[in-house]
Amino acid sequence: MNIIVCVKQVPGTTEVKMNKETNTIIREGVEAIVNPFDVYAVEEGIRIKEKTGGKVTVLSMGIPSVAELLKETIAVGADEAVLLSDRVFAGADTLATAYALSMGVKKIGAYDLILCGKQATDGDTAQVGPSLAEKLGVPHTTYVRRIEEIREGYIRCQRMTDDGYEVIEMPLPAVITVVKEINEPRLPSLKGMMRSKKTEVPVWTAADIGANENLCGLAGSPTQVVETFVPVHNVNSEMIEGEPGEQAKKLAEKLMAMQFKTCN
Amino acid sequence: MADIKIITEKCVGCKLCVKACPFNAIEMQEKKAVILDTCTLCGVCVSSCKFEAIDFTKDEVQAMDISAYQGVWVFGEQANGVPADVALELLGEGRKLANELHETLSAVLIGDQVEDAAKTLIAHGADKVYLVDDPSLKNFNDESYADIFVQLIQEYKPEIVLMGATTYGRSLAPRVSSRINTGLTADCTKLEIDPEKKILRQTRPAFGGNLMATIICPNHRPQMSTVRPKVMKPLPPDDSRIGEIVRPDVTIPADLKTRVLKVVSELCEMVSLTEADIIVSGGRGIGDPKNFAMIEELARTLGGAVGASRATVDAGWIEYSHQVGQTGKTVGPKVYFACGISGAVQHLAGMSSSDTIIAINKNPDAPIFKVANFGIVGDVLQVVPALISEFKARLG
Repeated sequence: MNIIVCVKQVPGTTEVKMNKETNTIIREGVEAIVNPFDVYAVEEGIRIKEKTGGKVTVLSMGIPSVAELLKETIAVGADEAVLLSDRVFAGADTLATAYALSMGVKKIGAYDLILCGKQATDGDTAQVGPSLAEKLGVPHTTYVRRIEEIREGYIRCQRMTDDGYEVIEMPLPAVITVVKEINEPRLPSLKGMMRSKKTEVPVWTAADIGANENLCGLAGSPTQVVETFVPVHNVNSEMIEGEPGEQAKKLAEKLMAMQFKTCN
Repeated sequence: MADIKIITEKCVGCKLCVKACPFNAIEMQEKKAVILDTCTLCGVCVSSCKFEAIDFTKDEVQAMDISAYQGVWVFGEQANGVPADVALELLGEGRKLANELHETLSAVLIGDQVEDAAKTLIAHGADKVYLVDDPSLKNFNDESYADIFVQLIQEYKPEIVLMGATTYGRSLAPRVSSRINTGLTADCTKLEIDPEKKILRQTRPAFGGNLMATIICPNHRPQMSTVRPKVMKPLPPDDSRIGEIVRPDVTIPADLKTRVLKVVSELCEMVSLTEADIIVSGGRGIGDPKNFAMIEELARTLGGAVGASRATVDAGWIEYSHQVGQTGKTVGPKVYFACGISGAVQHLAGMSSSDTIIAINKNPDAPIFKVANFGIVGDVLQVVPALISEFKARLG
């Protein structure tokens, strides 16, 4: 099977700190990582390939340095990686991103399944996967926690819902977005790391993929950011006063009186 | 093509833009700001410059005729004929928006034998319900629901469409917005009408909640947003409200590629504290690795599990498998005790979806208190043992 996995570079948030004077995010020294949810998508793509044969191609859109990051996916077993990078793509919202990715997919060629992580950890929108499926005119299923069966032209999978799960079948080609419950990603092998060092990641421009510039980047984005500000948390906090013994008593009383919703 | 550049003559080298850039894409060269290739054209720097030295040219987007679009719509998501709470919450919010625009509020209700739900939607603020009722629509299906929603938008041209950021809403909304090539803003926490331009201002968290961004969709219609459950407030139901139920003439899609074979509901019920999933986590504030014994004892008393902050794991006080946060586990228990944890952003990212958060910390300014439902300012080494004896006495 020909499998395409879409991944995004996101800031590795372990070092995210706020500058208290300017109220902005300190980004110095923040490493870039593959979006954690996409790592599960890469792993699942490799597992399918190991069962059915075929090829896993990783596709991303971003700044030129993302090419280096994509080699991490080669190290764990992806066959090829391609980066879409061009000033024309800058400022893309999810619609313009989905359009550019769809043109990249078309240039890669025939595919059976496209996998994405359920969302990226920087934007958290979860919109690109379904939007990409729409641009390609293929069906999609989000929040896939298990692939029950996959074969030529057919997939049956479990989608996590708010109170359980659904079993959904679709013909291939199709797009799925995966949740972290789907697998346990492997670490890179020594052989994989050697191979990733030798691999060149091709960089395709808007012209290379035949994209209409008016539909890419800022020009192709219906949404615009007009203002940014630092949030004020507004949880209704109740401070419990008193000596430790009293505090413990009051808290215990409140908790014992509460009812908690549970899902088994 | 859109471009951004520093007008070197106007730049005084104050570095405000360097600090404002969320992408670290501006640096100083010979005392002037220079925009690097890593710029994403987000435009945050433009307003930071006090000297109008940043020139940001946006392309003129080919504008569609937006004047024909009117009214606010809410997706009346339902299960077994019962509207989802978030749909009612969005009607409450949609009512405000519609009133400000002097337009109508409508709900879109898709399902099988769901007419009763239409009445509930009207009682919660809808002026009109577009009801599409068909046996094939019993279960949510991305393909058929998206197809019908798009037909309705094309026929009735709403100005604003709101959907709950549920599993289904977050799948349906991007499919619909992508087909009609309009903008969609996910997980909005605030919606308001710009009083002058009469457009929707959508505010949502970005960068893991570190930054809020206000987003508009000025040239495309409808303006679409998703909103998470429990963010907006429903109106008290008023059964005397009069609304219109419209049964639009849509083509029910046949020959669907996507088939839902089984819907499994893993039942929800209410439990008391003794049955709730509980995590008790310890942080640097417990002072010494041996004090994890106390954290463990509280967890055991409540039948819960032990968590830890990254700082304690890095210091070797406890194994990595206990770490909660961005680089550890993401948890969402019913009750989360943060004992001596200051609440770094990375930790919050791993536990802020817990139903009830209890923070115990001696520093009243610790960020953990901002997300806590109950806060105790005090010495963990005194409060936690007090809690242990309190709960032991109550739970036997």
